Amino acid sequence: MRFDTVIIGGGLSGLVCGIRLQKSGKNCAIISAGQSAMHFSSGTFDLLGRMPDGSVVENPLEAIDRLDAGHPYSIIGKEKVARYATEAPDFLAGCGITVKGDAQSNSWRITPTGERKPAWLTLGDFTPLTSKNEKIGTKALIVNILGYLDFNTKFLADSFEKQGTVCRIASIRLEEMERLRKNPSEMRSTNIARVMDRDNIWEKAASQVKEMIKDEDVVVLPAVFGLKNAETVETMRKAIGIKTVFVATMPPSVPGIRTQMTLKAEFERAGGRFFIGDSVIEADFNEDNTVKSVATYNFGDIRVYADDFVLATGSFFSKGLIATPEKIYEPVFGIDLNYEEKRDGWFDRNFWNRQNYISFGAKVSEKLNTYVDGRPVENLYAIGSLLGGSNTLYEGCGGGVAIISALAAADEILHK
Amino acid sequence: MKMQEKNISENNFEQCIKCTVCTVYCPVVPVNPLYPGPKQAGPDGERLRLKKGLFFDNTLKYCLNCKRCEVACPSGVRIADIIQSARIKYTTEPPKLRDMILASTDFMGSVTTKVAPVANFALGLKPTKAVMDAVLKVDKHRTFPKYASKTFESWYKKNVKAFQESFNHHVSFFHGCYVNYNYPQLGKDLISVMNALGYGVHLLEKEKCCGTALISNCMIDQAKKNAVNNLESIRKSVYERQMPVIGTSSSCNFTIRDEYPHLLGIDNSDVRDYIELATRFIYRLVEEKKVKMVFKKDYKAKIAYHTPCHMERLGWGIFSTEILRMIPGVELTVLDSNCCGIAGTYGFKKENYEVSQAIGKPLFDQIARLKPDFVACDCETCKWQIEMSTEKEVKNPISILAEALDLIATSEANK
Repeated sequence: MRFDTVIIGGGLSGLVCGIRLQKSGKNCAIISAGQSAMHFSSGTFDLLGRMPDGSVVENPLEAIDRLDAGHPYSIIGKEKVARYATEAPDFLAGCGITVKGDAQSNSWRITPTGERKPAWLTLGDFTPLTSKNEKIGTKALIVNILGYLDFNTKFLADSFEKQGTVCRIASIRLEEMERLRKNPSEMRSTNIARVMDRDNIWEKAASQVKEMIKDEDVVVLPAVFGLKNAETVETMRKAIGIKTVFVATMPPSVPGIRTQMTLKAEFERAGGRFFIGDSVIEADFNEDNTVKSVATYNFGDIRVYADDFVLATGSFFSKGLIATPEKIYEPVFGIDLNYEEKRDGWFDRNFWNRQNYISFGAKVSEKLNTYVDGRPVENLYAIGSLLGGSNTLYEGCGGGVAIISALAAADEILHK
Repeated sequence: MKMQEKNISENNFEQCIKCTVCTVYCPVVPVNPLYPGPKQAGPDGERLRLKKGLFFDNTLKYCLNCKRCEVACPSGVRIADIIQSARIKYTTEPPKLRDMILASTDFMGSVTTKVAPVANFALGLKPTKAVMDAVLKVDKHRTFPKYASKTFESWYKKNVKAFQESFNHHVSFFHGCYVNYNYPQLGKDLISVMNALGYGVHLLEKEKCCGTALISNCMIDQAKKNAVNNLESIRKSVYERQMPVIGTSSSCNFTIRDEYPHLLGIDNSDVRDYIELATRFIYRLVEEKKVKMVFKKDYKAKIAYHTPCHMERLGWGIFSTEILRMIPGVELTVLDSNCCGIAGTYGFKKENYEVSQAIGKPLFDQIARLKPDFVACDCETCKWQIEMSTEKEVKNPISILAEALDLIATSEANK
């Protein structure tokens, strides 16, 4: 089977790259082993929230100059990063995803436990805060759905009260949800969202919330609405009538899953082929050290050929990287990685400290080409969290690295 | 350190990090609150069951075994295999008479085809349906597939067996119970297509039901017997006669390739690569330019393709859709990946009927919106479900190919 480009990995990075290429006339396939980290999305994409030295970043684009040479942003180059970062909201809008945010000035998001963290692009479901200490309102009504355990109203109330917001906690009870409650382990965000979507049950939820409002000027709700359609969230806002702030829940993430499904649908609508639940198991190379084809578990002896290959397999969780007691390796092509040889340097015994292993990953050229045994592979690109050089968790740059490296690699392929 | 590396459990059980992604894609969870969901029923419950079997929960029977949890799992955990293995190992309820009747497709088929006109007439009658509903708990809304008055095997032996040797290339055909007892036409279509491509089609020395329904109804001894028998015949075909084995049913294929080793513990590694769907086999021949397909000039159809759950797990939907796309005059839409709800014998059981229809609703709605001429699908039970729940006819891609090919010109091109 032949394609122009084969992308291995169907998460944020793989999909953004695939959509850009497919819409520019390349015939693409995405091979994805299971679902991606978008299912645990915070509801925002971050560009750069914290410098490696721990200082808080206010203007991510301006801060790029101060990053190490090995950071993916430094490799791609400031000018390109700025261009792609500016372009990203339009790109996402072209896929049907509404975001708010600015690459020159971080906003803030509210985490499920009430913390506040820097954010770049915020999905339409959420209300970005302009400063870390912004007060969401004078009086807040925090409403949960009875029996739902992944939305911690007390934590949220405590955090809002720090800014002087008076909070009242309440819950709504929906007859249609009682069925789910019989099984507490299944009273999860996505199942609630599926019930809410069916026969517009969310309308009932909205009217119950509205009736509860006394003198509050803001309502806080868990982001469990509109699994298939983001419009549900907007319509709910209108129905409730006063400022409504949706807060991300513990995983799975309804807005994240919707975003993933929207991107996948956009890729397929453009004519791309998405193979889910399959894994690439080996590759063969041409004499000039370019990749010729790959074999997958499901395709067996029917090999997949392409002019270019993009590796978007993610980090350790998605098996883009494998760690054994002795070494860290990339399992498909055996590409060269940047990581510390000594195992003691991989991790800090204090769980909460910065963990070095997160910054390990693919060694790439300025065109994002990978290397095998020190030799560049001209038609194999690495993007997303597989890239080394950034501690995405500590620096708050995972979403940005994924989107920007995906667009950069796509353009390299298009302008060959 | 060494312990950690060697600590590999069955079905990748210990790889589960409790991320809940499987539950998001389970078709049963949103419609049946009695089902604990794949994470709870699978790896979570397994931790307890490994300690003591008494933690086994009979609600695991609500699992469709559709494998959508496994397709979604980012960690490669064989969740549905964990659930089905637990059912096999711990279930204390013996299969009901009803389940035995539904699952014994081979036995029922061989008896019923002998009296097909009577059986079809009787099974279609309201009083029969009422009695089956009340006594056997087979839901009265269900229409039983019609039985053929002559099995595919007997038709084959009488009409086409003799000249199959005259071809230059040869394959064996695992026809399955559906082709043999209910719908021999699909088998005839396969023979027309393969013969036109220059391939003689042969039956296995002895074919038994693949065992999909036996496994889901916990009739494991019978399933194992059938598996051993089938693999013996498949080995003879592959190694003595150098003939790979092709089929037209995604579930039969999936069961023989993956459920035999994973659920029945029967090794098939020496022949697994030689068993595949006819569409995948034909796709390879076309890609390698070993055959030519000549299509009718006037063939036109607006087709919606439904990917059966087991096809999704096999990852082979692409081969069937690529074959359909090769037909000029076909306008193809691939339907969103949703379970149709039937899951073999599951939807026939009275206690599952409503759940089954609720699961399939998004699919039925999409078909109604698209208004295709007909639906294409590689699974016979999906076909019954979609035909019962929508107004559309469902055709196997091989039958569509048989209709669209200019068989005479194709035969000439492949001589």
